[in-house]
Amino acid sequence: MERIPILKMGRHLLVTIQVDMHDRLAMSLQDDLTDRIVSARAKAVLIDISALEIVDSFIGRMIANIAAMSRVLDAQTVVVGMRPAVAITLVELGLPLKGVRTALNVEHGMALLKAQLDNSDDRDADASH
Amino acid sequence: MATQAQAQTLVEILREDERSLLHEWLEAQLESTTMRSTLLTRSELQDQSRRFLDALKAALDHGGLDSASPAYEGVRQLLEEMSTARGRQGYTPSETATFVFSLKQPLFARLRERFKADAGELAATTWGATLLLDRLGLFTTEVHQKGREQLIIRQQEEMMELSTPVITLWDGILALPLIGTLDSARTQVVMESLLQKIVETEAPIAIIDITGVPTVDTLTAQHLLKTVAAARLMGADCIISGIRPQIAQTIVHLGVELNDVVTKASLADAFAIALRRSGLSVQRMKDSSASSIRRVRPQDQEAEG
Repeated sequence: MERIPILKMGRHLLVTIQVDMHDRLAMSLQDDLTDRIVSARAKAVLIDISALEIVDSFIGRMIANIAAMSRVLDAQTVVVGMRPAVAITLVELGLPLKGVRTALNVEHGMALLKAQLDNSDDRDADASH
Repeated sequence: MATQAQAQTLVEILREDERSLLHEWLEAQLESTTMRSTLLTRSELQDQSRRFLDALKAALDHGGLDSASPAYEGVRQLLEEMSTARGRQGYTPSETATFVFSLKQPLFARLRERFKADAGELAATTWGATLLLDRLGLFTTEVHQKGREQLIIRQQEEMMELSTPVITLWDGILALPLIGTLDSARTQVVMESLLQKIVETEAPIAIIDITGVPTVDTLTAQHLLKTVAAARLMGADCIISGIRPQIAQTIVHLGVELNDVVTKASLADAFAIALRRSGLSVQRMKDSSASSIRRVRPQDQEAEG
């Protein structure tokens, strides 16, 4: 069965969705990603959906769910590269993905994650003192 | 008498006495208060009238009195051209229709001459001719109306194209100055062009300026919020600027929640906050006595120094 690869880079996990998502694929991504966040002790997850051209309400909710689960597992999550058509569809479907951080492309997304990781590191350091 | 025979009678009358008929018709047209001598010269009018009579004769010959028959194609085409041209010059539909209707008077006068003895025949033929000319006159009105409708559609399309420019204010800062009332169709175009431009320029900040939007109702506000939400999903922040006092009051009265959106009173304020977020700042140059040209082009100053 085809799977969406999850790449580890330092404390970051990179998920690039290069194929059209169908429901089973989204479900398996959810399982794989949560497993991987725990096993790799990842602090940040970047999900690149720039190749995703079609979404329905299920996939939209899956994206929101995956982002929320990562947050619960203490990993900062950012969704990058959403296409205009996908964004309009999600808004029209009433899924504005509240609480999911977004960025225009992978570069901006990485910068955002880095800033947040630095921030939380500082906070942790302050708390331990 | 059959309509075919009536049509033949009309053709005969038109043929026999064409010159004087044309003259009388022209006089009737020129006399009518609706004629505009400034827009159309007498010779042009004469030319149009003669062509119409020729076409009418041919049509009567082959198609009888039925203006829907294919034989009237030539007449219709002629009237269409004429009506379109006159419509463009600013004629009203009734002025154009008078062109056809004014033919009745000279024509009926001749019918009266011809059927002096036969009142029944006179009435029947006059009725047939009236019906025909009425239909042709109404046809010019229809053409006029159709031309106007096309004009409206074209203008709508042009307005649609005109009204949605997305401007790059700075590297990474887009501005969308909205002008005019926002309806669903326009908002769709506006939304798509803004999102497309965000993708193209990879700008993380977009300013939507609504100074030119006359009124904001719940629907407009919802459209705006949708655009902001879609841009946010793509990873760009939107700032709404140019909210006039009246509109601010309306928004609050309507109970529209703009909590998640950054709003600013003027485009300048929005631009300032956009610059700050991008880590940029605007500074007055120290050497303020320098000429304005130098101030605009600091590299020249360096070269001179």
